[in-house]
Amino acid sequence: MASDPGERRPLLSPLGWLLFAAFAVAAVVLLPLLHLLPAADSALRVPDFAIPLLGKFLCYAMVALAVDLIWGYAGILSLGHGTFFALGGYAMGMYLMRSIGTEGVYRSELPDFMVFLDWKELPWFWYGFDHFWFAALMALAAPGLLAFVFGWFAFRSRIRGVYFSIITQAMTYAFMLLFFRNNTGFGGNNGLTDFKRLLGFSLQDPDTRVGLYVASALALMGVFLVCRGVVTSKLGRVLEAVRDGEDKVRFSGYDTFHFKLFVWTLSALLCGVAGALYAPQVGIINPSEMQPANSIEMAVWVAVGGRGTLVGAAAGAWIVSAAKSWFTVAAPDLWLYVLGALFVGVTLFLPRGVVGSLMARGRGGST
Amino acid sequence: MSTPRSSAADRSLAPPGMDSKPDTRHGEILYVENVTVSFDGFKALDDLTLYIEDGELRCIIGPNGAGKTTLMDVITGKTRPDAGTLFFGSNLDLSQMSEHEIARAGIGRKFQTPTLFDGLTVFENLELALDAPKTVISTLFARLEGAQRERIESALETVGLADTAERRAGELAHGQKQWLEIGMLLVQNPRLLLIDEPVAGMTHAEVDRTTRLLRELAGSHTVVVVEHDMEFVRSLDSRVSVLHQGRLLAEGDMQTVQDDERVIEVYLGG
Ligand SMILES: Nc1ncnc2c1ncn2[C@@H]1O[C@H](COP(=O)(O)OP(=O)(O)O)[C@@H](O)[C@H]1O
Ligand SMILES: [Mg+2]
Repeated sequence: MASDPGERRPLLSPLGWLLFAAFAVAAVVLLPLLHLLPAADSALRVPDFAIPLLGKFLCYAMVALAVDLIWGYAGILSLGHGTFFALGGYAMGMYLMRSIGTEGVYRSELPDFMVFLDWKELPWFWYGFDHFWFAALMALAAPGLLAFVFGWFAFRSRIRGVYFSIITQAMTYAFMLLFFRNNTGFGGNNGLTDFKRLLGFSLQDPDTRVGLYVASALALMGVFLVCRGVVTSKLGRVLEAVRDGEDKVRFSGYDTFHFKLFVWTLSALLCGVAGALYAPQVGIINPSEMQPANSIEMAVWVAVGGRGTLVGAAAGAWIVSAAKSWFTVAAPDLWLYVLGALFVGVTLFLPRGVVGSLMARGRGGST
Repeated sequence: MSTPRSSAADRSLAPPGMDSKPDTRHGEILYVENVTVSFDGFKALDDLTLYIEDGELRCIIGPNGAGKTTLMDVITGKTRPDAGTLFFGSNLDLSQMSEHEIARAGIGRKFQTPTLFDGLTVFENLELALDAPKTVISTLFARLEGAQRERIESALETVGLADTAERRAGELAHGQKQWLEIGMLLVQNPRLLLIDEPVAGMTHAEVDRTTRLLRELAGSHTVVVVEHDMEFVRSLDSRVSVLHQGRLLAEGDMQTVQDDERVIEVYLGG
């Protein structure tokens, strides 16, 4: 372990690259093959319903990475990332609505919900969403711009700690209410749904679903490498220093405002990517994604997996989401209590999180 | 009170930019003039006027609550004065600059309680303090150059932490933390160093080492040390300013100050 101190840290260790490659092969090659090749009744076959479900989990993992980047490294706890995720989803959802064409229930050029509201023409803010490239751009620009403006005011006024977390909760709540209104123009409480096709491919077609799933796996790997690139750079060390003592970072000559604004906006962009891939796979995007509880759940993913570990955060998203899937079937009323208990339990007894503790033990054993 | 030594006309009108450096052609590096800082009506600094010569080692002493830490806060931009002016050199108006601009212009600070980045290693603490580009873009793509590495390593030697370079700063003993923070000032390479109570809680051996360190620093920098350990101040053998209730009580060499009646009264409660 005689690494040269201060050298730019490697993006991943040799073992890290090996595990990364193993994940890539398993997620991008093996799993799709196990879905497409075996006969329909084979026990080995990955069933139809599993593909979009796995794709959804990959999107959650991206969100967990984005939250860990700001919370685990820079010490900024967001309880509003559901908004950035949902904005990415809405941007893609608007494109999907436009590509329904005249096949909607009302056979209109306009999305069904607009016909239902008796609107005669497309609102100006729907212009451009006929084009995939424009929607993809907006899936980044909308959350990115919101985060930039929000962060500008919050960080400029030096709001931090629990006060910052509370106003992010307020932000997501406000956006949820805004999107609930029919007149806002995004389908009200039903949101956007009944998607038909993406780039001309039918969303009912199993191959399209596999394609979206593979795109999500690739995006997750890309997001992971971006996050690693940030946290292994000197900038990553500045972020950790901001977490440990922001005043001291200022007195050392860094404008911490710029650093926080940068990583906060980047984190929102990554959430936008996740949301854009999420919408077509679950077939709906609606304001419930902006419920305050959803954003809290995102923070719980990271706490459970382990802050400041990236990999742990992603695993935390899967552990908690799997538990949620089970509980919402077995005992739906209990889920919120379980979530709360999980958060408190991990904070008290496993402050490094499940994966974080394992990683720390692994390091302790090897040296 | 002495009359201000620099007139407004001396001060160039150039706004403090990123690269502005203090102009010390008049001899002084720091001008604190009629500065008042109040907290809810209580004056922590009360119309204080104080000058620091370029290159000098100055001790500021005074009983607890005299306003010593507040003086450092107001120089480094952490607290804004309610009245008065603060200039770094004759050209840089500190009241118009933010904390990081003041740091970049060349004022370094060591806090009363050791303030380190606990989660980072000793080496990384020094790396962050290092006098190098400190913007988002430059740190994202930064690589440590050979000369920079040497400066960090020589600072590690100077403060006696070469063996602990890879330890996390949070794990260091109290004395080591104080030295690491001084080491961070070394690599930050400021013109003016403000050092708040460096020997509080140290053993005798540790105090000796710290004294040597500060003497070394004083050779190439302007150093202002706040302390209320008289023994330590005597060993530094520098000009002394005595602060009391936010005001300057006396100034001069240690002997003069010690013989000053007002100082005796404040310190001995006589
Ligand atoms: N942020 C603050 N709010 C209120 N009072 C303060 C604050 N900072 C310092 N003080 C008060 O100002 C006085 C000077 O404090 P300080 O500069 O820390 O003294 P010293 O460092 O000389 O011991 C003290 O009475 C202290 O209680
Ligand atoms: Mg003090």
